[in-house]
Amino acid sequence: MIVIGERINGMFKMVRKGIQEKDKKIIQDIAKKQVEAGARILDVNVGPAAADDVAAMQWLVETIQEVTDTPLSIDSAKPPVIEAGLKACKKKALINSTTGEQAKLETLVGLAKKYNAGLLGLCMDEKGIPDNIQARVEIGLRILACAMEAGIPTDDIHLDPVVLPVKFGQAQTPMMFQTIRELKTLSDPAPKTVVGLSNVSQGCLDRPMVNRIALVMAIANGLDEAIVDPMDKDLMNSMITAELLLNKFIYCDSYLTAYMKAL
Amino acid sequence: MPVAKLLEKWTGSVNEVAIGATASEGGTRSKVVKLGGQNTLPFLTEEGTIPNPPSIAMEVVDMVNPEWPSALTEPFKDVINNPAKWAKKCQDEYKADAICLRLVGAHPENKNTSVADVIKTVQEVKSAVSIPMIIWGCGSAEKDNQLFPAISQALKGERCLMGTATQDNYKVLAATCIADGHNIIAESPLDINICKQLNILLLDMEMPSNRIVIFPSTGPLGYGFEYSYSIMERTRLAALGGDKTMAYPMIAVVSNESWKTKEAKAPESDMPMWGKAAERAIMWEATTAIGFLLGGSDMLIMYHPKAIELTRKYMQQMMKT
Repeated sequence: MIVIGERINGMFKMVRKGIQEKDKKIIQDIAKKQVEAGARILDVNVGPAAADDVAAMQWLVETIQEVTDTPLSIDSAKPPVIEAGLKACKKKALINSTTGEQAKLETLVGLAKKYNAGLLGLCMDEKGIPDNIQARVEIGLRILACAMEAGIPTDDIHLDPVVLPVKFGQAQTPMMFQTIRELKTLSDPAPKTVVGLSNVSQGCLDRPMVNRIALVMAIANGLDEAIVDPMDKDLMNSMITAELLLNKFIYCDSYLTAYMKAL
Repeated sequence: MPVAKLLEKWTGSVNEVAIGATASEGGTRSKVVKLGGQNTLPFLTEEGTIPNPPSIAMEVVDMVNPEWPSALTEPFKDVINNPAKWAKKCQDEYKADAICLRLVGAHPENKNTSVADVIKTVQEVKSAVSIPMIIWGCGSAEKDNQLFPAISQALKGERCLMGTATQDNYKVLAATCIADGHNIIAESPLDINICKQLNILLLDMEMPSNRIVIFPSTGPLGYGFEYSYSIMERTRLAALGGDKTMAYPMIAVVSNESWKTKEAKAPESDMPMWGKAAERAIMWEATTAIGFLLGGSDMLIMYHPKAIELTRKYMQQMMKT
């Protein structure tokens, strides 16, 4: 499992403070802690924290790269902000994200090609999030086809079945699991599957519990990557144990410690 | 129509471990033997690189097993009661890559040699040869824990390979190896889970990851070889797949394991249908050795010069193709 750390997001109070006061230490501490906790990619999202989000993205990327060479996921709804992040990245980055909406898709595929970046695609389009598996998979295929035409390898495409809060749409979660399975059959090599996990527990009383069980179930359905809070130790341990049960690595009594050392 | 070759591309590689230190590195050895470093399965040079082909250490003991057949004692008959001379013969005549001194005699149930006498032997072997050294304990945890701190001190700077550490007895040896700059052999009893666990325990003690060699135990041909083989293969596949806790070179004890077998020991009078005793015993050691090379061994510990010659020939052939 590839863990994408979600903590560098202007939505969070400390990060907002870091961005607004240009306090590198705040951002760098969060980056380092996530890497130590097992994140292999760090998501970077300016959020609502800055008026000039292009400059803020560039500053964030440069600030993080001063303390870690972990690859970054450049997260924004605006292509110019994404491009500013990609330009500053020293390592191969991940674009987070496109949808199946044609104009947006073409722009972001163009950026992925130009900067040799991976591309995360949400299985939704201008009409919204389909409420059936088939339509979501079709959007996934559309994203994949567009990227392939541009010469992007299929395993550089990361498809997200779209996670909705269980509290507000219970029928959506089984659909999400099934979609993960279907997306893996779209090409050879298969696209990667990814979820922005925490959305599943929006509004729930025990969010960590819902998050970790959802993650384990998604892993059992073939999930490759998840955008999560790696500092949630129970979540990480559940994830590692799920992978153990799927025979993804060799057991030993200290397998939780071993997993971190093996990274 | 030409068929494209399907080549595997691995993400991980095996750590490189250096045994022996030259004068410029603080030791007195004439050369350094390196194990590991490859990012491909044995001999598959098209799928990756093998910077250090497997090497062969020759084993010398401080107490000869009275059950050894004459085929084994014959080449060493003039030196067999003197480990230093025996080691020198292995170096000069048989071109061993390294010497493995096994301290069988120190075991309480054997001669129970004192620490001082063991150190004397170790020093004599060290002076007699200039190739890198492996020191293999007597197998009694209690005695080995008395021996290793002294041996380690006596060989400080030589960057030896010392073992074995086991899941139940690793702390003294690991602390000693860390302090004096030696490499360690991590032994597990044909059990891949314990193999991994021991690696974690050693890393937790801050044993450097480029100083660990795995000994997964040796089942000789006909006596559990396939267990050893499958465990070694899984270990290596995990390493190449990116599991850094399994990415260590592996060592195989072909010597005493293959010469213990009935096939190596039975006299011709007992088994006339098995052919010449000497030939079959040597073939048993060579065939076991070749099996281990295919399983992923980076270093073989062997006895008989003829078996070594055959194994080397095979290795050279395989590295060429």
